[in-house]
Amino acid sequence: MTFHITVDGRPVPVVPGQTIGAALHAAGVRSWRTTRFGGRPRGLFCGIGVCFDCLVSVNGRAPERACLAEAAPGDEVTTS
Amino acid sequence: MTDDVARRRGDGGDAAYDLVVVGGGPAGVAGALTAALAGLRVALVDSSARLGGQYFRHPAVPGRASGLERFLRLARALGERADVLPRHQVWSVSREPDGALAVHCVTPHGPSSSPHSPDSAASAGARGERPVVLRGRRLLIATGAYDRPLPFPGWDLPGVLTAGGAQALLKGNGVVAGRRVVVSGTGPFLLPVAAGLAEAGARVLGVFEANRGLGLARHPVLALGRLGEAAGYAVSLARHRVPYLTRQAVVAAHGEREVEAVTVARLDREWNVLATRVVECDTVAVGYGFVPQIELGVQLGCGTRYDVDGSPVLRVDDAQRTSVPGVWAAGEPTGVGGWRLAELEGRIAGRSVVAATRRPQAGCADPGRRPEAGRADAGFRPHAGRADADRTDFGSAAGLVSAAGSASAGGGSRVAEPSGVAGPGRGEVAAGEVAGVWVRRRARWQAFGEALQRAYPVKPGWQGWLRDDTLVCRCEEVPLARVREAQELGATDARSIKLLARPGMGWCQGRVCGYAVSCLAGEPPQPPRRPIAQPVTLGTLSALDGTLDGTLSDLDSPSHSGTPDMEDS
Ligand SMILES: Cc1cc2nc3c(=O)[nH]c(=O)nc-3n(C[C@H](O)[C@H](O)[C@H](O)COP(=O)(O)OP(=O)(O)OC[C@H]3O[C@@H](n4cnc5c(N)ncnc54)[C@H](O)[C@@H]3O)c2cc1C
Ligand code: FES
Repeated sequence: MTFHITVDGRPVPVVPGQTIGAALHAAGVRSWRTTRFGGRPRGLFCGIGVCFDCLVSVNGRAPERACLAEAAPGDEVTTS
Repeated sequence: MTDDVARRRGDGGDAAYDLVVVGGGPAGVAGALTAALAGLRVALVDSSARLGGQYFRHPAVPGRASGLERFLRLARALGERADVLPRHQVWSVSREPDGALAVHCVTPHGPSSSPHSPDSAASAGARGERPVVLRGRRLLIATGAYDRPLPFPGWDLPGVLTAGGAQALLKGNGVVAGRRVVVSGTGPFLLPVAAGLAEAGARVLGVFEANRGLGLARHPVLALGRLGEAAGYAVSLARHRVPYLTRQAVVAAHGEREVEAVTVARLDREWNVLATRVVECDTVAVGYGFVPQIELGVQLGCGTRYDVDGSPVLRVDDAQRTSVPGVWAAGEPTGVGGWRLAELEGRIAGRSVVAATRRPQAGCADPGRRPEAGRADAGFRPHAGRADADRTDFGSAAGLVSAAGSASAGGGSRVAEPSGVAGPGRGEVAAGEVAGVWVRRRARWQAFGEALQRAYPVKPGWQGWLRDDTLVCRCEEVPLARVREAQELGATDARSIKLLARPGMGWCQGRVCGYAVSCLAGEPPQPPRRPIAQPVTLGTLSALDGTLDGTLSDLDSPSHSGTPDMEDS
């Protein structure tokens, strides 16, 4: 029932209906971005689209919130 | 536009919905369904993939949760009668020359995009999202609230989540936030979060409640829910041996790349630290109450007031009308009080919208116009939706208060004092418009919500938990020292601090740090003045021809030209 997406080339399993952020967190990837100034790691914080900590780029698109973006089979996610 | 959507919108000429609802939690769904059952053309938009909001967020295959089955029934009934648009984020609402309201949304492209979304303007914003504009004669703001976090050293380490975030992971995604979890903050809703995590297999090392509150035995969730549900939380915590400790809180998180331990402090009644100990854990869920999401109302000029806990909320009258004609609000944006209150407010708002639509005087040019109370009374006829409502089990009291007693003594309504602009005061609402039993029930739940806010306040001692290098603003990485520096330079209020030190100028537009910055400035939080409720790409903005004149020039965040979502496409 699960499918895979790739995150920076690495496969991450997804249960259908999960967001990209949830799939990453479940796979033990808890940070996927660093801040501009301090280079601090960031992952999920609010989990509901408020804080913008969890930004990722999906299939080359502009950054979006991983906690809102539902994962789809074949999604290629890149982090910064 | 799909045939479905086209059909419901009515053909030709006037393409406006009778009602557009923003938010698909209990308040929005109840309001939309009430109006749709009465025959109104209704659209409901929500930024999430599925309806439910904070409490009824559910995975694709819903598990057991009290009230969820019923909510899903209502949501299904709504889907059959209205245009439900998930994954549509509203970033602005503007008034059109004919009086209608234009609700500006963005929705993602690609496979995950909703099959129901109308495809107007589909080619714009080619990158991640495309704009959708819905026109409605009336608007119901049911945008809920989000967790109010407080900063503490290490709170930006991965593994530190808001309580609502941990719950969204679990309920919406079936993901347990961590293995060894600490829950901390204040308020009754820490309890369901802890219970949920423990049930799902996490080792919950403690629920640290900064206030004394009302204690576990008299815990408000017992009163909030029907008894079985609430007792369930307490029993569940006991069964999993989760300690519930009051006057204690997580005051620091430690770790290199992610959280590895926390400092838990015993607090005095002002939340000053008395003693500390270190607890090893991999996950922290924190929440200090809620911030009602009122941006859309503020954009439209709706009057606000301060809730008991100091949060700015939208001012509404007995029929859930805001001070702006044609605009209703229900649920957390009018004050926090649990899902049952939110749902009830939604139903009352839906009823009131129906009544306003039925009045012969209320035309498109003057949406939501309020006739004198007497006239409304005389003009109102019981509407056809009633019987329908009962058929779908919506009119029944299921899931609401089981014993429909009278309003509790001192159950003061939070309805605004009439002050000119607020429209009709209490008691002026047409009897047929809002059933008396609903009004009394609402007063009781509101009084209860206020009692909760009084029992679980935020005390000033938390400011002593911060160190100079503790980030106050996560987005712009502003440490406490820079806020203090701005204050020494003469910035006395939150706004000047923001201008000098830049907290709240980043991605989240101060949603996360706004409360803390106000506290540090020693002032109550101001209603959010965000010309755009959600950051959108310039591509989306430019796809809208001139509907937003003047809005962009006001835009003060996100401020960095380097922030990707403001890049042009
Ligand atoms: C961790 C936690 C535990 C809780 N436990 C309980 C409990 O045990 N019992 C209880 O009674 N209550 C509980 N609550 C409170 C309960 O969740 C709320 O009272 C209830 O959800 C309020 O309903 P609502 O419809 O007002 O808002 P919500 O349910 O929050 O719904 C608002 C909806 O609006 C959408 N939205 C917001 N802004 C936009 C926008 N700009 N564009 C599009 N969509 C938007 C959101 O996506 C969301 O779906 C809990 C809350 C939390 C956070
Ligand atoms: S975790 Fe806050 S926006 Fe995604």
